[in-house]
Order: sequence, then C-alpha cells, then structure tokens
Amino acid sequence: MSNTATNGQPSSAAPVPTRTVTFRIKRCDGPGQPTRWEDFKVPVVPSSNVISCLNWIAEHPVTASGQQTTPVVWDCSCLEEVCGACTMVINGKARQSCSCLIDQEAPREGDVITLEPMSKFPVVRDLWVDRQRLFKGLEKIKAWVPIDGTYNLGAGPKEEPDDQQMRYTLSTCMSCGCCLEACPQYHKEEQEADWENAFVGAAVLSQARLFNAHPNGKVLEGERLDALLGVGGVNDCGNAQNCVKVCPKEIPLTESIAAIGRAATVHAIGRFFRGK
Amino acid sequence: MAGNNKRVIVVGGGLAGLAASIRVAEGGVPVDLFSMVPVKRSHSVCAQGGINACNEVARQQGYSEYQHFDETLYGGDYLADQGPVLEMANWAPRIIDLLDRMGVPFNRTSEGFRDLRLFGGSLFKRTHFAGATTGQQLLYGLDEQTRRFASEGKINKREFWEFLWPIIDGEGEDRRCVGIVAQDMRTMQIQAFRADAVVMATGGCGIVFGKSTNSVICTGGAASRCYQAGAWYGNGEMIQVHPTAIPGADKCRLMSESARGEGGRVWVPRKKGDTRDPTSIAENERWYFLEEKYPKYGNLVPRDIATREIFDVCVNEHMGIGGENMVYLDLTHMDPHYLTEKLGGILEIYEKFAGADPRFTPMKIFPAVHYSMGGLWTTYTPGDYQPESPAGIHNPGDESPASTAVGQGMEFGAHNNMMTNIRGLYAFGEVNFAYHGATRLGANALLSCIFDGLFNGVSVTNYVLDGVAEDQGAATVSAAVFDHAVEQEQAKQAQLLATVSDSGSTDPQFNPYTIAGELGVEMTAASTVVKTGPRLEQCLEKIKELRERYSQVKLGDAAAWTNQSLSFTRALGDMLIMGEVIAKGGLLREESRGSHYRLDFPDRDDDRFLKASVAEYNATSGESTIMWKDVQTALVKPKPRTYGKVEEKEPAREEAVAASGS
Ligand code: SF4
Ligand code: SF4
Ligand code: FES
Repeated sequence: MSNTATNGQPSSAAPVPTRTVTFRIKRCDGPGQPTRWEDFKVPVVPSSNVISCLNWIAEHPVTASGQQTTPVVWDCSCLEEVCGACTMVINGKARQSCSCLIDQEAPREGDVITLEPMSKFPVVRDLWVDRQRLFKGLEKIKAWVPIDGTYNLGAGPKEEPDDQQMRYTLSTCMSCGCCLEACPQYHKEEQEADWENAFVGAAVLSQARLFNAHPNGKVLEGERLDALLGVGGVNDCGNAQNCVKVCPKEIPLTESIAAIGRAATVHAIGRFFRGK
Repeated sequence: MAGNNKRVIVVGGGLAGLAASIRVAEGGVPVDLFSMVPVKRSHSVCAQGGINACNEVARQQGYSEYQHFDETLYGGDYLADQGPVLEMANWAPRIIDLLDRMGVPFNRTSEGFRDLRLFGGSLFKRTHFAGATTGQQLLYGLDEQTRRFASEGKINKREFWEFLWPIIDGEGEDRRCVGIVAQDMRTMQIQAFRADAVVMATGGCGIVFGKSTNSVICTGGAASRCYQAGAWYGNGEMIQVHPTAIPGADKCRLMSESARGEGGRVWVPRKKGDTRDPTSIAENERWYFLEEKYPKYGNLVPRDIATREIFDVCVNEHMGIGGENMVYLDLTHMDPHYLTEKLGGILEIYEKFAGADPRFTPMKIFPAVHYSMGGLWTTYTPGDYQPESPAGIHNPGDESPASTAVGQGMEFGAHNNMMTNIRGLYAFGEVNFAYHGATRLGANALLSCIFDGLFNGVSVTNYVLDGVAEDQGAATVSAAVFDHAVEQEQAKQAQLLATVSDSGSTDPQFNPYTIAGELGVEMTAASTVVKTGPRLEQCLEKIKELRERYSQVKLGDAAAWTNQSLSFTRALGDMLIMGEVIAKGGLLREESRGSHYRLDFPDRDDDRFLKASVAEYNATSGESTIMWKDVQTALVKPKPRTYGKVEEKEPAREEAVAASGS
C-alpha cells in the first residue's frame, strides 16, 4: 500500500542514496485486464527494503524510460513481518516484502529485482491479490475454540509448557499464503463458488491441528475432520513438502499434515463402524 | 430481544473492535464490522510485550487490582479520570481468564499455570505473555471468535472498507450518530450504512509523525474525520515515544531496552558527519554522551532521559551518525555467546530488518513515536466507589480501599460509557483518550483495548436497545440524510480526481507523499521528545503552509478501481488537521507532565493543568480551539511522579530489562 508517509524527508535528516536498483514490476489495472511490465530506477540506501522502494515509486511514478505512470498498488500493514499482508513474489520467490532488504536481495550495482503478485490468488490490482479463500478455509474447519460466551467463567484449562510451545508455534501462522503459492496441489480459483471443493492448503490443515490440540477446541475435532475428509481436504495433498520450506514462521507444516492425515483416517474408520 | 432491526457499526478490527463486535453480537444486536484490512492483519499484531493483570501469585505477595489501578494513574501522571481506570484494573484478571478460555497460548510454568514476567512500572510480576508476539496471539484469539460469530450471521465483516465520515442527524437534544459513509477500497464504491450506534475502534495516529512504530494504516484519519464532524479530541499532545527503535527506511521497529540493560553502550562519533565504519573508529574518537553526562548511571539512565539525550544529540547538535538521526547502541565489546544466550530473539529482529549482526556491528537506533494516549474525548457514568476523600499513598499489602466488585469505578452497562460528545458515537481502544493519562505503562495497551470492547460493549447494546426512542432509530431517518452524506464524499473524491494531469504529480510542492513526508519530519522534530513554545509555534506555521499546499495537491492516479493514492491523499488532509491539534495542545499546555516535556516549563503544574485539553473543530473556519476540562481525582490524591528518584538509588539492570518490549 502506498500509504506510508516516509518519503520526501528534507535532506538534513535523510540518508544520501548510495546507488540505484532497477525494479521490474508486473502490473495489471484490475481483474480481467492485461498485464504489463514496468521498470523503475530507484535510489537506495543501506536500510532500504522493498516497501521503502515502492514508497519512493509512489512519490516519483515515472518509469526508467521516462514514462509518466501511476503509483504501484500493493498490500501491506505492519512492516514487521507479523501481519502477513505484504506477501508477493520477489525474484521468483513468495515472501514478505517488508522483510526483504535491498542490500541482500540485490547487492550489486545493476542488479534487478522483479516483483509479481502471487499467482495462486486472483489479482485485485498490480501486486495486490485477494486471499479471502484462505480465511474461508478457516471458517470451513471451524478454526476456533467453542467457548460458552464471554461471561466470567474462570480460567481455561491448565497446560504443559511443551503443549503450549507446540500450539504457540502453530498459532503464529499469519495467513500470508507463501505455503499455498509454493504448493503444486493448490490452484488459483477466481470464483468464490469454486472455493468449496478446491484444496484448502497447508495453512488451513495446520490450523485444524492447532484447534484439535486444545482441550476444548477438541470438541469440534469430528466436524473438522469431516470437512477435511471431503474434496479439497487432506487427501489432496501430494506430500511434495514445498510448503514447509517456504513458511516464514517455520511452522512444521508437513508434521501438521501428517497428524491431520492420521487423525482423519482413524476418524473415517470410526465413522464407518458407527455407520455415519 | 432485538427484534426491532437495530444495528451497530464497529469501525476497526483490532483488539478493541473485535472485542466490541463479539460482545454486542452476543447481546443479540447484529454488528457490521468495517476494517481497511482483513481484521487478522490489524495493528494489534505488533504488540510484543504482554498484558497486565493482578494474579494469584502477585496477590499473595501483596499486589492487588487496586495497586494496578494506582500504578496506572501514577504512570499516567494523574491525567486520566480515575473511575474508568479502577474498573479496568478490576476487570483485568477476568479478561485474562476469558482469553485463556479462547485458547490464547499464554506461556506456562512447569506446573501448567500461566507464566508471568516483570515489566516497567511495577515491582510485581503481573504481565502475562504469549511468546514474543502477545498482541498477535490475543488478536488471533478474538479473530477466531469473530469468525465463529460471522459464520452464524451475527457479525457481518466488511474488510477492505474504509470509513469516510460519521452520519449525524438532528439538532440539540436530538443530535445523534445514525450511521457512517464508507468506501470499498477495491471497487471504490461509496455507500452509506445505517446504525443506531457507531463504535470507533480505529487505533492511533503514528503516521502523522511519518515513521513511527505504527502500522501504515494508523494515520489517525478516521479519528480526524469524527473530529471534523464535531466529536471532541482529548489530550492530543500526549504522544509516547519509545527510546530505542531501529530506524528503517520505511518504519521504525522496536528494539527492546534489555540491550541497554545487558551492558550496551550508547555513542556517536566525535567528528560531526563521520561516515567511517564504526568498528574502525578509535575509542578516543567516540563520544559516549550518556556516560559523560551522567557519570553515575551512564547508559542505564531512565527511559525518558535516554530518549531526550539521544534526541538532543541528533536533532539539536546534529551529531547523529553520518548526520542522520541515529546513534550507536553498541554490544560488540561483549562476549558473543553471552549475548546470544541473553538477547538471542531481539538480536535476530535487528539482523532481519537491519541486515547486520549486532554481536559484531554496533546497532543504529533512535527514539520513535509509539503510542497516542490522546484520542477522541469520551465520558462515562461513575461507579459505586466514592470515598469521602481521595486515598493517599498505597503500599503493597495495604488493604484496598475499593472492592473488585463489578461497577466500582464505572457503572456497568450505563449508556454513556466511552461515548463521545455525540450521542451514539463511541470510541474504544487507542482512539479513546480515557485510560492512560499522560503516559501509558507498558503492557496496559492490550488491556485497555479489550476492556473497552468487553465492558463498554454492553453499554452500546443497552443504548441501542433501551436508549434510542422508536422514532429516533436509524431506520426512521430519511433516506435524504444518507444520500446527502454519500454525495458529499463523492464530491470530495471527484475534486481530488480532477487534479490528476498528464504531466503527473512530480512537483514536490503539491505531491501528497512529499507533503506527508514533510509533515512527519516537522511533527517529529517539534512535537515529540522535547518541546518549546517557539518551536511549536513554528510547527503550527509549517502545518499552515502544508495545508495551503494541500489545497492544491495533485493526485497521481485517476483510476476508478483500487485507487490507493486517492485513499492516502484524502487521509493526508485529515492528518494535517490532526497534526495541528497535537501541536496546539502541546503549545498551550505550559507544563511538563508524563510524555509531554516542555523545556521552557519543566515542572508539572497541577493548579493550571491538572486538566484534559479538549479540542473542538470549527467547520467554517477550519480552526481548532482548545478547552480545558477538569480531571476526576476523587479516588486517589495526585502525588509527585518520582520514578527518577527511585532509579537514582538503584538503576538496576532489572529496571531496563523490565521495561523492554512495551
Ligand atoms: S506437502 Fe501438501 S500442502 Fe505442502 S506443498 Fe506439498 S502438496 Fe502442498
Ligand atoms: S503456514 Fe506459514 S506460509 Fe502458510 S500462511 Fe501460515 S505463515 Fe504463511
Ligand atoms: S507488512 Fe505485515 S508482514 Fe509485511
């Protein structure tokens, strides 16, 4: 998002740019519109990251060849790699743009950085994609603890530190979508109607494990597993293990998928015997 | 219960907005929840440290809810009305229990109880935490419950919608808020929504200062729009600055103060503008200014002093590294293994965002705007605890003068709790000025946000069900009122879009991003750490100039689809007005209190200024006037704030460590 008021600082306070880096940005004016590439030459300082460069472009929307253009549209919020908003494909890899430092991504003069929107989600405009399907998936698996209400009913259950650590790690998933971008089984679905039967993806499977691991969240385990036994559930995973390699929060996604897979099998057998 | 098509609108999906939505929906009134981002990505995720509450262990050591209340008032230098703070402290343990039941993974002791840590402003362990991302975990807990209510149709989430204006109808006694105008940030459709009450839960205004620790959405634009529509704004000048942040090219990220606590040394090169690699600068060419100015305590001076000194060296003496606003925080003289063991996590954050390993390269840091104690002015109904005379000093183990029963500090469910001066318009969370006075204690922010939602959410429900007469309901208001509000916003937008020209927006005079950058630099220099009358007057002049330039601003994008430049430029106009309120309050408050430090008035002046500054906007002239309203001090007698003296006795490492992450 071009909302940061970080540019145009008077020279007394602003560091002097040390070099320029070329950004190649894949642009698109909206759903169904053609895409095009635009290049920008951006002055950078040692503390520059992709966000500060996009801010600079917003203030100076002129391409490398001198063409007047519009500020680039993208999504971001926290700038601390904790909200997940600013995910995009940078030099071919899905990651957060706020934690992508220019001196690391493009250390040499003349280096080029390409920015593209994630390919597994419908583009809204330029680098901004619509990830609502991910949140729908969380709804599908009832990713919550079904509390009795907000009245004062005392503390929750006690918990061993190891269990807390495990849940905490799973609970740091910021719904960024990197694991979905990398997954060969996760495909782009433009229409909301098609989300229901499409693969939910690693992040949602892992959240099912998180809530099944909570003593009260467990109450809904059966419903979660029912949802994941159907089309688009855990059986759609081809075990390619790409997801776990790209998760910025190092969430053990393949462990989660295996755990859900086992639980689902047990649940399915139980269901067979119960005749439901 | 609510069969009469009453509805509530909540604007903002951080902790305060989500807690309010859940509570109101649970009370049987449907909620429309508006947020500029998917609520899971709200700014609350950035809070690291924890959330304060009295707990059994601390209680058996002599701590109490009452003491938490007392500490919060003392920390805030007595600028907050006392009743609401008492109620908040009393509710804190109940709030922790509720979050626990929601499944928030609070850290645990080996026996499985919730673990606690020490935090600034208290000698007791009263801060609950979930790893290093407590705010994120609390937000997720509430996000999950919101998703549950949404799946049952009780909360209607409108994400990627921007609040544009509150709709206010009626005159005098009948004046009330009946809905909002909002815009879909993708389709750019502008639409009016009816509601019998509107809860603003839109957070702080850090972006007015350019780079801060706030998320990019925290422009203060929504609060400013309510202010321009007639809501009062309280204590705008009370802005909290965190002493050690990592200045990035895009934002400032917190660096825990424990780095100083563990032996970090603060210095700048003796030679102005020296750009050499710090490791090649000899010891006698370094100016350890804290050690020199404060030989006794050196780098362990209290936070506010550290903040002011670093600021002074850079901004006034221009001695910052390479002429920039930065100083070194140096750990390289210490054993790298020891550092990894003691400070591992925070060193990783530095390395990720600054790209250098602090064990071998001195860190570059600078103070950064962190939190706004000021916000929309709100009122409340006092509770049952009404002592004959205000209590004196409260020591650990003393019997609490007030009980912890519901409604001691504020009447539970009273219609006007945290309502602005406009009936039906509420302010919850950081955008509410009520709880933190002149400075916020670490780990109290998350508490005040959730408390507002849970406790005062009931007030909203009661108000719409019992406080809105049938013939006053939003459903009875003529469509013309809503159409008119939409037309006004459309006209504003059309005016901005008409400024787009083929020659582009590159003239820095009228470029919105340039104007915003200049506003940020000016506000940070004049209206944060050290203020003086003349400098604030200059700042107000500068804002006048920027407002003049803004009136001729040139937009760089004419798109009718997902136009972020339009959204930002519109908010810039609102930020300029917010900046004026903040600077003006600072100019007129001729004293020093909490975060507000006036070099020309270094002492607290209770006679003149134990009062809230309350700004009112004149829509015709575009000017802000400041009124002074008495602060309620009937529960506790204000005493001098002497943290400094305590620290003189013992500038312990623990102190700096305890203050970290707030
Ligand atoms: S392991 Fe499954 S979810 Fe992960 S990338 Fe492979 S197919 Fe996708
Ligand atoms: S599991 Fe990891 S990669 Fe996937 S959405 Fe969550 S944080 Fe992102
Ligand atoms: S902006 Fe939040 S993760 Fe990058």
